[in-house]
Amino acid sequence: MVTEPESKFIRIDDQEIPFVHGQTIMDATLAAGVYIPHLCHFPGITPQGNCKLCTVEVDGKPLAACTSPAAAGQRIRNNTPELNESRKALTQMLFIEGNHICPSCEKTGNCPLQAMAYHLGMLHGHFPAQFPVREVDASHPTIMLDRDRCILCSLCVRASREVDGKNVFAIAGRGTHASLIVNTANGKLVDSDIEPSDLAARICPVGAILIKEHGYDAPIGKRIFDQHKINEIGLEKIYIAGAKSDDS
Amino acid sequence: MTEHLHLLHILHELQQKHRYISEKSICEVAAQLSLPVSQVRAVVAFYAFFYSTPCGHYHILFSNCTSCGYRAGGTDLLRLLSQKLSVNIGQTRKDEQVSIDETSCIGMCDHGPSLLINGVPLVHLDAEKIEQMATLIEADKPLNGWPPAWFHVKDHIYKRGLLLDSSLSAGDGLRATLTRGREGTLTEIIQSKLRGRGGAGFSTGLKWRLCQQAAGEAHYVVCNADEGEPGTFKDRMLLQQHADALCEGMTICAYVIGAYQGFIYLRGEYRYLLPHLQATLMHRRKLGLLGTAILGQTEFDFDIDIVVGAGAYICGEESALIESLEGKPGIPRSRPPFPVAHGYLGQPTVVNNVETLIAATHIACKGSAWFTALGTPASTGSKLLSISGDCAAPGIYEYPFGITIQQILDECGAVNVQAVQVGGPAGTLLDQTAFNRQLAFEDVGTGGSFMIFNQERDILTIIHQFAAFFAHESCGFCTPCRVGTILLKQGLDKIMIGQGARNDMAELQRVSELVRRYSHCGLGHTAANPILDGLQYFSQAFEQRLTPYDFTARFKLDAALQEARQLTRHDGKEAHLEQGQD
Ligand SMILES: Cc1cc2nc3c(=O)[nH]c(=O)nc-3n(C[C@H](O)[C@H](O)[C@H](O)COP(=O)(O)O)c2cc1C
Ligand code: SF4
Ligand code: SF4
Ligand code: FES
Repeated sequence: MVTEPESKFIRIDDQEIPFVHGQTIMDATLAAGVYIPHLCHFPGITPQGNCKLCTVEVDGKPLAACTSPAAAGQRIRNNTPELNESRKALTQMLFIEGNHICPSCEKTGNCPLQAMAYHLGMLHGHFPAQFPVREVDASHPTIMLDRDRCILCSLCVRASREVDGKNVFAIAGRGTHASLIVNTANGKLVDSDIEPSDLAARICPVGAILIKEHGYDAPIGKRIFDQHKINEIGLEKIYIAGAKSDDS
Repeated sequence: MTEHLHLLHILHELQQKHRYISEKSICEVAAQLSLPVSQVRAVVAFYAFFYSTPCGHYHILFSNCTSCGYRAGGTDLLRLLSQKLSVNIGQTRKDEQVSIDETSCIGMCDHGPSLLINGVPLVHLDAEKIEQMATLIEADKPLNGWPPAWFHVKDHIYKRGLLLDSSLSAGDGLRATLTRGREGTLTEIIQSKLRGRGGAGFSTGLKWRLCQQAAGEAHYVVCNADEGEPGTFKDRMLLQQHADALCEGMTICAYVIGAYQGFIYLRGEYRYLLPHLQATLMHRRKLGLLGTAILGQTEFDFDIDIVVGAGAYICGEESALIESLEGKPGIPRSRPPFPVAHGYLGQPTVVNNVETLIAATHIACKGSAWFTALGTPASTGSKLLSISGDCAAPGIYEYPFGITIQQILDECGAVNVQAVQVGGPAGTLLDQTAFNRQLAFEDVGTGGSFMIFNQERDILTIIHQFAAFFAHESCGFCTPCRVGTILLKQGLDKIMIGQGARNDMAELQRVSELVRRYSHCGLGHTAANPILDGLQYFSQAFEQRLTPYDFTARFKLDAALQEARQLTRHDGKEAHLEQGQD
């Protein structure tokens, strides 16, 4: 006998939203049209929980919404000044940890990290820039890897394994030495089976993985975040498709 | 045995043989084990004891712990040796004879300044010994020709209590367990109110019950022998002297939860204990205490493998430890699910500390009342402490829970004490006003590290060393810890060199709270503790070093111009800035 799953609810800020068993807080809120800031989460891909921007307070306890299961009766705070202030600090950390060159970056205007900074009111890096020295991999004919801007969100790693079925990327190294590596004998992208149409090649929320010869295709005013705000639900589809239309 | 096929073991052998792990080796190992080359490369890059360029024939790692570190004796022994041997720290000498660097605490805190040479601990360092070492290295004398006393790691036990006082013969605990049966034994463990000795203090009986009840194809028992908290060395002694009781605790747990396989995850720094542990396992197999049909019970099969780590503090965190057991970098998993339901290979797994498992053996034998007779109501039994730092008798002390900090200080001969760090850098920094507090989970909790600092010590230097430790040991998985621990270290750097302004103390506070609140795992949650405690109880130590300005740069402009002066060869008076009110 099959019983109807009981409809259960969580309360986020002042809104009651339903969830079904197995959903995370992020799944439930996205489905209900409630935005929780996030950079390392992408619907349909196993959540990892490493950017920590999606941290919400669940019954007073800070938890990453993307990896925490929804449970009946949870009282969640999301859009609060304290949480947003902390999210801004985390975003600043991501900026100063790498070498971000927004004004001249090929991804500018199409970049979720940049859009997040605007969304959270980030006006400067605040923390001392770390100026890491990271390797560029331009070996592939159509895809470029500029690790300077990688925020170690592992989206490309997961997209390649779970969606493209290829396992092109991994993250190696400890602490501040963590870096994105390529799963080939010589570590170069050219020897991998990645293709520009792969999700892994398009999902990068910064300008670390770029499709060659399409930088600056869209003029200012026509770029994704000229027309959309990062807190629009379902935006992921637009920027994957948006990047694709650059190909035309 | 699976031991030899483990990725970490294969890589260790390659490291020993070639003194580094080449890209070619990485590809070969990946092919041999049918792993993605990226996984092998990621593992090599994650663990401190694997190198991608050749180390010297003599590869020396000085502990940088505040107690057993190279600065502990007052002289900088690391710099001394590097000068004697003309080798740059962190670089291999051109002739490949020697390389020296530092590493996190190696657990020799009761043996004075210590180092690992080709993986073997060498203790009680002083300037004279460094001199002699340099001569031996230049003469290319093999380690087995060095004075054997240098390598002698003696266990200093000054106070024995509940566990250390009572002796058991191999099999006693198991026989009592079989008599009581599965449920009876579990009830006894629950009634003993034994709480995990690895730091967090989770109820051991409840952990076993949850694991027993979790559905899975197989259940596992893991002994966490990764003891990496600076200032802890009680597990080292237990592994050396009580390995039988430890294996027995694992076997009892296996019986209760229904496990056929267990692992001892031994930290790489304790590799020298491996032959002894393997001999213990062999002996127990001979006695019928491990293997098939244990003590003649059909349907009671269990065996233990040892996996040796490769230098990563984070692998003490139980889910990171499990990842490491699975041959991956030690990155903590997100929880739930917890290891009791979803651990090694996704199966229900109990992870317990060495001391916890030994205590379980004794409880199985002597009953829960024997155990609860000591301690406090919420923290029963005794606790082994690793006492190090400024006291007359650094070593191991076993006390019932509830003892005060001051009583401990008196017994180990600590005078003129300025501060005590209980529970390692992740624990609590206490000033004199707190010495009447009790050691217990409900007051000052601890995994065993107890570091004493007298009035001569500079507290800020100690806090800075702890900050450097966490920045070095962060796994890098999450933003707040990966970036935050670096920012905390840099913030302290700035104050240490006298460039800090009042605003920098406020900034340290802000970043500390962020790291504590937003990090993914226990490392990040506790990494800022010494700074937060320091700001609260030792604010003077910070204030003394501040500049009178509201804001200053993180560098001294005049010092920053040094390179330019060298390049232009203008180093006269006119090429130096006036430093103003210095
Ligand atoms: C960063 C970190 C390091 C840890 N290191 C150790 C360790 O070296 N030994 C240990 O037993 N527990 C360590 N723990 C605690 C373990 O995660 C786990 O709680 C413990 O092994 C459980 O055993 P117990 O219940 O017997 O204490 C560590 C935890 C964290 C967060
Ligand atoms: S390359 Fe892009 S997608 Fe991949 S980890 Fe870095 S930031 Fe994330
Ligand atoms: S808190 Fe630190 S050690 Fe823990 S997962 Fe995050 S980066 Fe890794
Ligand atoms: S989106 Fe949840 S941690 Fe990044």
